[in-house]
Amino acid sequence: MNGARVLAFGGYQPDKVVTNDDLAKIVDTSDEWIRSRVGIESRRVAADDETVADMAEAAGAKALAASGLSPSSIDLVIVATCSPEVPLPNAAATVAHRLGLVAPGAYDLNAACAGFCYALGAASDAVRAGSARNVLVIGSEKMTSWIDWTDRSTCIIFADGAGAAVVGPSAKGEPGGIGPVVWGSAGDQAHKITVTSRTGAIRQDGQAVFRWATTALHPVALEACARAGVTPADISAFIPHQANLRIIEAIARRLGIPRDRVADDIVHAGNTSSASIPLALSRMAEQGRLQPGTPALLLGFGAGLSYAAQVITVP
Amino acid sequence: MTDQEILAGLAEIVDEIAGVPADEVTPEKNFVDDLDIDSLSMVEIAVAAQDKFGVEIPDEQLKDLKTVQDVVNYVSKNS
Repeated sequence: MNGARVLAFGGYQPDKVVTNDDLAKIVDTSDEWIRSRVGIESRRVAADDETVADMAEAAGAKALAASGLSPSSIDLVIVATCSPEVPLPNAAATVAHRLGLVAPGAYDLNAACAGFCYALGAASDAVRAGSARNVLVIGSEKMTSWIDWTDRSTCIIFADGAGAAVVGPSAKGEPGGIGPVVWGSAGDQAHKITVTSRTGAIRQDGQAVFRWATTALHPVALEACARAGVTPADISAFIPHQANLRIIEAIARRLGIPRDRVADDIVHAGNTSSASIPLALSRMAEQGRLQPGTPALLLGFGAGLSYAAQVITVP
Repeated sequence: MTDQEILAGLAEIVDEIAGVPADEVTPEKNFVDDLDIDSLSMVEIAVAAQDKFGVEIPDEQLKDLKTVQDVVNYVSKNS
């Protein structure tokens, strides 16, 4: 079987910045409270008429340009999203068309905040199996469309944005650059993060989710490392879903990964669900915090409950 | 395990997780009001207590454990 690797990343954030002080004007909270509980200082919010597909297109265009590939060489587009404006059409086909891709396979995937890692796993498998030469993988979310702005336990957390990666074959003779995905779910806890109607808002049992995230996920990350043949000490960058800085720090501590190797994009991006990992990756790449050729650990987790992790080689 | 041993173990956990010096973790202290510990740190303390004492402290129970003595009593009763 062929190997697969990540060729490039791209990220997109809406222009509008919402600070903690802005939120303190509309709901009973404070900058200090939000920083200490979730670690967020500001987040981005999409314009009213800006869609999941618009943001996916912007991030996808950047990743595609960075990969240097021609549009005709992309055979599959996967958009991980849990916040599309409409049930039909999906975002992926629209994004593919707008990017000038030539009638690729296109589907949306909902594994909530774990979506990007699921999509990356599916993309890697498609390339390795010969179902696609190259795949454009995007996480795009307009989480603020599911927000009750009077619920101070959720409106301070969620935000909007998109991130993308291009997956293609490994160079001849090179080992694969995307390790086996270790994925799973805990449907017995499905009720802990929900949106229960099309006009509803996201609700979560924050304390229960915090307990789950800080106790159940580091074994998943360790297994992803083992499956890729590396140890946490080898990991040059750890990019967990940007859910809450305290969850991120707790998992990193259990894995023994030092803080300077851990993504903290949540501080200025908020929780963008499936977009958070590729968005953090593209920002770390821009900041020169990623070392090409070294192993990076990705860990997505969220509603479902669902989770997935894999080790990739930094392009 | 004696209550004194549970208290000492709990104080170590609170020190490690919330940075409250162990000698300030005395029985009458209220976690929220006296030790300035929030609900997420309480979850971390409960998880660490489970590892240390082998006693599970579920979230439903956690909200009723307001003081250091409450936790000592709960661990003592359930271990």
